[in-house]
Amino acid sequence: MSVIKTENLCYTYSENTPFEKGAIKDINIEIQQGDFIGIIGHTGSGKSTLVQHFNGLLKPTAGKIYVDGEDVWEKPKEIMKLRFKVGLVFQYPEYQLFDETVESDIAFGPKNMGLPEDEIQQRVIDAAKIVGLPEKLLKKSPFDLSGGEKRRAALAGILAMRPEVLVLDEPTAGLDPIGRDTILDRISEYRAQSGTTVLLVSHSMEDVAKVTEKVLVMNNSRVAMYDTVENVYSRAEELAKIGLNVPHVTRIFMALKQKGFPVNDKVFTVDQAAQQLLPLLKKEGK
Amino acid sequence: MQPFIEVKDLSFSYSLSEQEKIPVLSHFDLTIEKGSFVAILGHNGSGKSTLAKLFNGLQLPDSGQVLIDGKDTADEKNILDIRKNVGLVFQNPDNQIVATIVEEDVAFGPENLGFPQAELRRRVDEALKAVDMYDYRKHEPHRLSGGQKQRVAIAGVIAMEPECIVFDEPTAMLDPKGRQEVMNIILKLNRQLQKTVVLITHYMDEAAQAQRVVVMDNGKIIADDTPHAVFAQVELLKSVGLDVPQPTELIYQLKKAGIAFDKDVLTDEECLEALSRKFSEDEHCQ
Repeated sequence: MSVIKTENLCYTYSENTPFEKGAIKDINIEIQQGDFIGIIGHTGSGKSTLVQHFNGLLKPTAGKIYVDGEDVWEKPKEIMKLRFKVGLVFQYPEYQLFDETVESDIAFGPKNMGLPEDEIQQRVIDAAKIVGLPEKLLKKSPFDLSGGEKRRAALAGILAMRPEVLVLDEPTAGLDPIGRDTILDRISEYRAQSGTTVLLVSHSMEDVAKVTEKVLVMNNSRVAMYDTVENVYSRAEELAKIGLNVPHVTRIFMALKQKGFPVNDKVFTVDQAAQQLLPLLKKEGK
Repeated sequence: MQPFIEVKDLSFSYSLSEQEKIPVLSHFDLTIEKGSFVAILGHNGSGKSTLAKLFNGLQLPDSGQVLIDGKDTADEKNILDIRKNVGLVFQNPDNQIVATIVEEDVAFGPENLGFPQAELRRRVDEALKAVDMYDYRKHEPHRLSGGQKQRVAIAGVIAMEPECIVFDEPTAMLDPKGRQEVMNIILKLNRQLQKTVVLITHYMDEAAQAQRVVVMDNGKIIADDTPHAVFAQVELLKSVGLDVPQPTELIYQLKKAGIAFDKDVLTDEECLEALSRKFSEDEHCQ
């Protein structure tokens, strides 16, 4: 069943003014329950504008968006419910931490949902565990945490609402390699356990290949491709034309294949590449 | 080669209170040659950014010395000279832009040095041309892309005509296109304009373009050599939470599985060559 569906979705900034600018045009996509989708495209391609429609932060200037089969804007007064159903983690979410302790910051969302106190407590503890924040940090001020910890605390605040769909806008931007891997691992693990639908907006073709199953490529306000990682990444030339480069290993394998060596160029991570090369290079007892 | 930055037996700690101190660097030595391009790697909290601030006297050593072109940063009468000679570029372009017109922003530094109008004009124009932003000189900075803003921030530093520019994760907040733009400018500053460049980064492919890579962990230097020699130490880098470029990682995994390669690789081309040679050897055996 599709959890999110759009029909000719359009959004124009500053409509009917001289500064009018179409940010997304004629988007027709369906996202299935449990999908793990990477959303890529260069800056200004419409990625962030698109995902802000998924929880009703933006109202389409034309077209429709359905969540769980319901037309989101049919009853505008119930839009708050959608915010709990679709959790959106913004870029640099640590800038939005505000409360006195990490614990109360994470509890902010569930509190607004009107949940009972013990339920909130449980959710805070669970969310902190999912993102790997040790319990002793919960009583601290969020501003005393390291950059990576702050990012995870902000993510926990969204997870505590247990959204059906989790949307992450560049969750690893600006982190060091360890911080980046921790966030990606936690998200993948959470998704595997909970079956939550996850949408990951990213600039990193490597990260997307590592964790997601499908890829939505935005270009010039429109959907350029929407398919499995394998099918999208094998269109390397088209991707390069819109300013996206496939991972280094993919490029190396494409070149090997072109030279006539017996490799399959559908590899997108270093592990996949090594696994494929080993038997090829090891035969002949080398 | 003549040394430009000399750090001698430096120790530095941040104080939380009178009693509580967090040591960042202890008995640290580093020399950076005039005209060289050095990349500094290390995970968050390894002391990289503190080091950058010590390079132009924004922070002063608890003990030991930092000499810039032979002048001690701890001596107050040197500080103006040192700040003129060592420019810093930070991560977030939005925090570094002060004016509402691009050329006024670039003029801010040299204006404070009290140059006559004609000299000011020359410096601003040359700096904007160096970063390919001259055509945007009358634009408003807030309407530029991230990469363009960062280039304006760099122009502001170039207009001071420093001998050395220290970049502290200048591309962390940019998309791939913006990163490429900024990296091109950094290379140009070193190769064409003969500036001494220090690049602090989390991106291994950026560090690979430097002449020398210094790896820091816990306030100490754990590797200091050419990019090839440093990235060959895959295990060491991984043990301190850093990555290696994908081509290097691939060859490393193959080697670990028992396939011999005589050289370490850093780039796609080198990897392709090494693999092609391996495949051809196999064919000869058959």
